[in-house]
Amino acid sequence: MIAATAQRKVVLAPPSKAGDAFFKFLTWGMAMMVFVLVALLGWELFQGSKISLQQFGWRFLIHDWDPGNGNFGALPFIFGTFVSSLLGLMIALPLSLGTAIYLTELAPRWLRRPALSLIEMLAAIPSVILGLWGIYVLVPWLRDHPYPLLQKALAWLPVFRGHIYGQSFLSAAVIIAIMIVPIITSMAREVFRAVPDSQREAAFALGATRWEVTWLAVLKGSRRGMFGAAMLGLGRALGETMAVTMVIGNSTDISASLFAPGSTLASAIANQFSEAVDDTYRSALFELGLVLLLVTIVTNILAHLLVGAVSAPQDAFNA
Amino acid sequence: MNMRRFLTNLAALAAALALAGAGRASAQLLINGAGATFPYPIYSKWFDEYSKVDPSVRFNYQSIGSGGGQKQILEGTIDFGASDGPMSDQTLAKAPGKILHVPTVAGADVVTYNLPGAPRLRLDGPSIADIFLGRITKWNDPRLTALNPGVTLPDEDILVVHRADGSGTTYIFVDYLSCVSQEWQKKVGRGAAVKWPAGLGAKGNEGVTSQVKQTPGAIGYVELVYAIQNQLPYANVKNAAGNFIEASVGSVSAALAAATIPDDFRFSMVNSPGHDAYPIAGATWLLVYQQQRDAVKGRKIVEFLKWAMQEGEHNAPQLDYAPLPPDLNKRVLAEISGIRY
Repeated sequence: MIAATAQRKVVLAPPSKAGDAFFKFLTWGMAMMVFVLVALLGWELFQGSKISLQQFGWRFLIHDWDPGNGNFGALPFIFGTFVSSLLGLMIALPLSLGTAIYLTELAPRWLRRPALSLIEMLAAIPSVILGLWGIYVLVPWLRDHPYPLLQKALAWLPVFRGHIYGQSFLSAAVIIAIMIVPIITSMAREVFRAVPDSQREAAFALGATRWEVTWLAVLKGSRRGMFGAAMLGLGRALGETMAVTMVIGNSTDISASLFAPGSTLASAIANQFSEAVDDTYRSALFELGLVLLLVTIVTNILAHLLVGAVSAPQDAFNA
Repeated sequence: MNMRRFLTNLAALAAALALAGAGRASAQLLINGAGATFPYPIYSKWFDEYSKVDPSVRFNYQSIGSGGGQKQILEGTIDFGASDGPMSDQTLAKAPGKILHVPTVAGADVVTYNLPGAPRLRLDGPSIADIFLGRITKWNDPRLTALNPGVTLPDEDILVVHRADGSGTTYIFVDYLSCVSQEWQKKVGRGAAVKWPAGLGAKGNEGVTSQVKQTPGAIGYVELVYAIQNQLPYANVKNAAGNFIEASVGSVSAALAAATIPDDFRFSMVNSPGHDAYPIAGATWLLVYQQQRDAVKGRKIVEFLKWAMQEGEHNAPQLDYAPLPPDLNKRVLAEISGIRY
């Protein structure tokens, strides 16, 4: 048997490069599919929004949304998208970074895996379930307990004035924060893990405390990575639809108060598409999609540039 | 294990299934429709009942919204459309053939609220408009107390809840407000979705219902059936004749009977002049081409529509829809007879 195998090996032809070339071409094709898909998506959205683009031009970006009178503009939705996403990010970021630091630097070894799995499971909860929980549990609770306290304590700030409806920018931000914590946490954890142990050991050797080691050896060098993690979280937050639609209150007013209801680009599309009967209306909704696509792409490109610039190995990028 | 016998059995089973499937497919003609969600319950009841009358056709109806119904009938991807609002002249002009509007049933929007003791309020058009414009902001506003002698209204903020999604329910409501308030017509206008001057939006009738239920001091508008099912109180509304009318199948029928209905059946029935007419009501339509492309399907659609007018209408009141009054029903039947195939 062994002899026969050995015999055969001798008569094998030299390896052909054709297979490799084919394999390369195949995977290249698969990778290109993604670009083609995005390009087609953008093209379709552009086609769909032609009427609106012609009729409103650039004013679409700074105009109000008034379907009753046939005037369309994305301003309240762009405002709502950025306010809810950035606020969500502001809530999620300290939580995620704190969790990631604890999991890489401080937690006992036996706790790290289960805790991380639990956090990643949070990312698997469907958006609509979070939304329902938001409507029936979270929002009424926020409305009755934390919001009045917040208003009492910080009434001098215009962002905490006005009637407390429950459904609001702030509630949307809280839901968004819950949804992006897992992404940012696992990204940040990878970034921290990419810091070589020798750096930590060096800091310890210099007599640094646990806090000083974390601050000097880990956090300072990971600033760009953390920023990248935050940007990926933001990318998700910008497009988040279902849960946000359910708790943001769906008003097209632009209000300085975080207790006021608002809407986002995604929620407006989700809400209004099914009954948009005339062409301009439908086209304007398509243009909202186009604006959202551009906003998301720009954010993601920015995130990848920043993450790519981190000196850490590639695994931080692939997490 | 006897592999051969197993395979033989499997083949026999597959053949039997294939035969059964083929038999059903060839016997039944599939007619596709799509559109409005508001009449979905009665349409599905009709299709179900009609399958007993004529087992050779099967109706497939997707409640994707009036916008989708209008778009798909224009594109000819469905055999009939459904819409809670009539198609505009502009949209009809794009159709490859003449589209007929077949009114089927009518329904009411009620103004529901969350107040201690759930009193039955009396409201008039201008006061409803001013509440939804954000002009009347307190429950004990003098205009509301004047309309409701004997009811103690609390010194509380009014929280306006409206629809967030585009909807035929909204169309009927803002159509009514535009009729009774010049300011509303100028500032907000009509549409399946509008720029609301006040309040917050919830998705669907069920969303508005639960928001009103959850929030003390809230006011919103929903289809009558949602208020009944959720035991929410709703206001008696002053009609054009000056009477305060409770929303019901009877008062919507009265509104339909008194409304002026043109020959193309594209009409609005809000603020109807009838003595007992409930003013915030609207009809829903099926949309079909006058010239059917497929003779077999065309004949089946006409047969179904005739059945719906003659028999199906009787089902309407149990599902809280108002059926067409007899003379309108006759006119619609005449229109249906004009469909060619």
